[in-house]
Amino acid sequence: MSKNQKPKFAMYWAASCGGCDIAVLNIHEKILDVDANFDVVFWPVAMDAKYKDVEAMPDKSILLTLFNGGIRNDENEHIAKLLRKKSQILVAFGSCACEGCIPALANLSPADEIVGTAFHTISTENPEGIHPHVSWKAPEGDIHIPTIYPVLKTLEQVVDVDYFMPGCPPESHQIGTVIDLVIQVLQGKAQLPPKGATIGVGNSTVCDECKRTRNVKAIKEFNRIQLIHADPELCLLEQGIPCNGPATRSGCDSRCPTAGAQCIGCYGPAEGVIDYGARLISAFASVIDSTDPQEIDRILDGIPDPAGQFYRFSMGGSLLRAAKPAWKNNGG
Amino acid sequence: MSEKIGVYVCHCGTNIAGIVNVEEVSQWAGSRLKDRGVVIARDYKFMCSSLGQELIEKDIKELGLTRVVVAACSPHLHERTFRTACERAGLNPYLCELVSIREHVSWVHTDKIAATAKAEAVLSGGVERVIHNEPLEPLKVPIHPDSLVVGGGIAGIQAALELADGGNHVYLVEREPSIGGHMAQFDKTFPTLDCSACILTPRMVQVGNHPNITLLTWSEVTKVDGYVGNFEVSLKKKARYVNTELCTGCGICVEKCPKKVVDDIFEVGMAKRKVVYMPFPQAVPNFPVIDAPNCTFFQKGTCKACEKFCPTNAIDFNQKDEDITVKVGNIVLATGYDLFNPQRIPQYGYGRLENIYTSLEFERLCNASGPTGGNIVLKDGVTPPKTVGIVHCVGSRDQNYNGYCSAICCMQSIKFAHLVHERTGADIYNFYIDIRTPGKSYEEFYQRVLDEGTHFVRGKVAEVTDVARSPEEEGKLIIQVEDTLIGKQRRIPVDMVILSAGLEPRHDAKEIGKLFGIACSADGWYIERHPKLDPIATMTEGVYIAGCVQGPKDIPATVAQGAAAAARIQGKIQQGEITLEPIRASINEDQCSGCRICNDLCPFNAILFHEDLAVSEINAALCQGCGTCVAACPAGAISGTGFSNEQVLAQIEGLLLRNIEKIESNKVPV
Amino acid sequence: MNNNETFEPVIIGFTCNWCSYRAADTAGTARVKYAPNIRLIRLMCSGRLDPTFVLKALANGADAVLITGCHPGDCHYVEQNYKALRRFHLLKRVLTQMGIEPGRLKLVWASAAEGAILAAEFDKFINEVRALGPLNWPLQEQKTFSTPTLAEVAA
Repeated sequence: MSKNQKPKFAMYWAASCGGCDIAVLNIHEKILDVDANFDVVFWPVAMDAKYKDVEAMPDKSILLTLFNGGIRNDENEHIAKLLRKKSQILVAFGSCACEGCIPALANLSPADEIVGTAFHTISTENPEGIHPHVSWKAPEGDIHIPTIYPVLKTLEQVVDVDYFMPGCPPESHQIGTVIDLVIQVLQGKAQLPPKGATIGVGNSTVCDECKRTRNVKAIKEFNRIQLIHADPELCLLEQGIPCNGPATRSGCDSRCPTAGAQCIGCYGPAEGVIDYGARLISAFASVIDSTDPQEIDRILDGIPDPAGQFYRFSMGGSLLRAAKPAWKNNGG
Repeated sequence: MSEKIGVYVCHCGTNIAGIVNVEEVSQWAGSRLKDRGVVIARDYKFMCSSLGQELIEKDIKELGLTRVVVAACSPHLHERTFRTACERAGLNPYLCELVSIREHVSWVHTDKIAATAKAEAVLSGGVERVIHNEPLEPLKVPIHPDSLVVGGGIAGIQAALELADGGNHVYLVEREPSIGGHMAQFDKTFPTLDCSACILTPRMVQVGNHPNITLLTWSEVTKVDGYVGNFEVSLKKKARYVNTELCTGCGICVEKCPKKVVDDIFEVGMAKRKVVYMPFPQAVPNFPVIDAPNCTFFQKGTCKACEKFCPTNAIDFNQKDEDITVKVGNIVLATGYDLFNPQRIPQYGYGRLENIYTSLEFERLCNASGPTGGNIVLKDGVTPPKTVGIVHCVGSRDQNYNGYCSAICCMQSIKFAHLVHERTGADIYNFYIDIRTPGKSYEEFYQRVLDEGTHFVRGKVAEVTDVARSPEEEGKLIIQVEDTLIGKQRRIPVDMVILSAGLEPRHDAKEIGKLFGIACSADGWYIERHPKLDPIATMTEGVYIAGCVQGPKDIPATVAQGAAAAARIQGKIQQGEITLEPIRASINEDQCSGCRICNDLCPFNAILFHEDLAVSEINAALCQGCGTCVAACPAGAISGTGFSNEQVLAQIEGLLLRNIEKIESNKVPV
Repeated sequence: MNNNETFEPVIIGFTCNWCSYRAADTAGTARVKYAPNIRLIRLMCSGRLDPTFVLKALANGADAVLITGCHPGDCHYVEQNYKALRRFHLLKRVLTQMGIEPGRLKLVWASAAEGAILAAEFDKFINEVRALGPLNWPLQEQKTFSTPTLAEVAA
């Protein structure tokens, strides 16, 4: 296929770590299938391109855009809306775009506090007290940098999203599966899933793929994994280690519990769940083995940061989305 | 695709309309909720009347309504009324919701504007909720015609006989070697002074002989599986060490047994029995049992006198406990009560001072087959008392022990006064807080005993002591009490004290309840389905309670409950199948990961785990619809009909009027 | 939003079918009066209380949430209110981290006969929340899908 006839592909990173892009590159030889079947027109991490190139493209000319990263500033939002305009299929790729992921944990603090921490802590060498400004008159001319929003938003909170592919990052074998599917669709051999579907995932939660033995749960205390000798064959939650596996979408092949670590929830909620953290709050609390309020509190002290434990990857997509101090005014 | 919702706002005369502007609410719904699917909104004086119901039925038929919301009184009153009306008109009854704007709005608020606004919000919540209602069909399960009665006291006996006489097979399980319960221990029953054994034993014999009753004494229930209509009950038939096929009940083994131990159960510690024994002469079944922990053969390997002398070779030291499983459709729990232990009230001297008896102990004293042959005598076994004090409310009506009234102690204490009077001519004092004689002929009995000269002192006994303060008190038990009717402290020396100890649930009632999936209230009695209108059913379909397990009561009430339980069961058996409310949970097998977090959350044991498939499953017939597992499932794999997530979340949106904002502003519900 | 002088809280109350909902009915039958700020939802059991419901209410305009159920030991479904108790404890910790005052989530037990007591608890909680002031959780904007320029967005 000549370059002009191949369907166009784009990938963009907003507020992210780069891991999603690496995960795509990590599909090894399959990247050749991508090259063979697509014309990559915009992928900042992998090739040189300018925003004005994208602005010049006709609407809906990009067949598939994988958008990773959360919407933290106005540049992120602008490009999200731009790519939405220019793309037929927009995929919220990776946990940041789907649920907010780690950047959304910053929603627990007001934006000025975050910036303040970066620029003015005791360990920061900043004798002149320099602080970022949105616009600045430099000798060379006026400089503008993006404005940080009070609260990080997920992709679907700013644009209409076609598909969601969670994970931090999405597992390379899942990415491979999705790419295969898209190629099959291009060849008329398969149907796209219904709009709004979560793809590259299993039907259930991590426990479905976890090989550990599971019994009835009755938790008398919560432990940090390094403080006990965890039985490698037994369910981590039963041993008091707060494993988020029961609430986390399957598809990663239970990587972390298999390796001896508790699931921290990067694949986000199960199908139909509107607030991921609430599921864990409910489930964990339900199986605590005590009816005495004082003992319950003592057991709960074993999870000293419940918001972090239960919303590590999904704060942005939760019902409350951010802590009250982070919201500026009433408008969000 | 929008539903067609009919909204009906009831005036309830002035009950609602007096505070809530019902016309305004109705108009508001018709206009502001039109985009949510409301096609008709009416207000009417009395929605529950036949004319009111006809309004709904007509609209369903003519407007093709797919949902109905009535804003009126509490669903506990008329939800069924309106749902039935919908059903008549061809709409699935579960597509109808009743929201309360009376008990929760007009009757409790005074500000008319605020009440009207709240009524609109409540109605809005109902409308949003009903959109997500689904048509449901009640569940039908078949009924096994056999029944299980647990407890062979008068309640269990009555239930078993009624069921058996009705042509149904019954298993009657009793923990002790004989049926009879506490009633077999009594001497006379109030107010008729019938000899307890005389009225009880014919029933016991009937039970023993009845072709439809399988009597399993010296047996206990160990496990209950299944659900209404289809229970599988595991029983342990303890070893009697007597072959009942060969035993003739001649009693020679009992005669020849050389060892005696204190009889803690039937004689309440007042007398001894042999190690191989029959609990009382009229025991049914008429077979003895060997008390193995106290038996010389079992402890040391010697004796075997019973075996030597048994003319039919019925003693079998090798007998083992037997595990039996039975299938039944319904269960009656009639396991009776325990007596409050007065040792918990140290100032009453029970267990420390002599000649102080509990009610049950005194019954044995009075009983002709008891330790003193029916003679009311002091501990020396010979001397009759010259003065007797009878204390009411021991451990009852007392915030330190049990707050409730034990229902029978007043009559029982009055009965004791009569018996003491009749047999000893002693001077009798009854110490009471109130005299409770509500039953038929009870008050007259009290009058009779008053006429006999018994002294009734209104005051809670402070202390029973043997410390004398004056020569008349030497060697006596002194009852210290405030006589509240004269406002004076009194010290009354007596020879004997009878403590009318209160009734308590059996010490293992909670564990037994868990076996059957029923709960105890804070006082420990089993919880009935409705304290006024359904005292013999429980929240668990197919499990009924009768007698004192439900709370203290006298024999007529106990018998009535046993009969009621039997009647209820016979009605179900007759229908062949039972209909269950379709409010229950189910697990989406594909979404379930087998994490097992739900497994231990169900007190009705409705959740099973399939090891092979690594998924959990809910037995719909066992599920009581509480929704706890629905809320707990971390994968969101459990859904509950009638109170689904979608319904509740929508109701929240509606209550907060976010549905209006969705239409009228650009702010969406989260 | 109302200014603080005329602020009247809106509270969502979850009740259980067998005890606390009936207690609210009993309050009504006895004509016990309380403030109109609380709007009740009927669940079959307090054990049905999903933390999602509480979060939904707070994120959509409620100033506070009241959870009610049968007294411990009296639960119609044996022991499900204990699950509600434990979820309440954990949820409260999370809400505190989210900057929501712990006084905005409360748990009250009431039996079916305790209408007057429940009504008093309603009034007490309404007063407590009135003193805390409005929660003012930002209600979410309708999504708009036009594409502003970078300059427009930065303004």
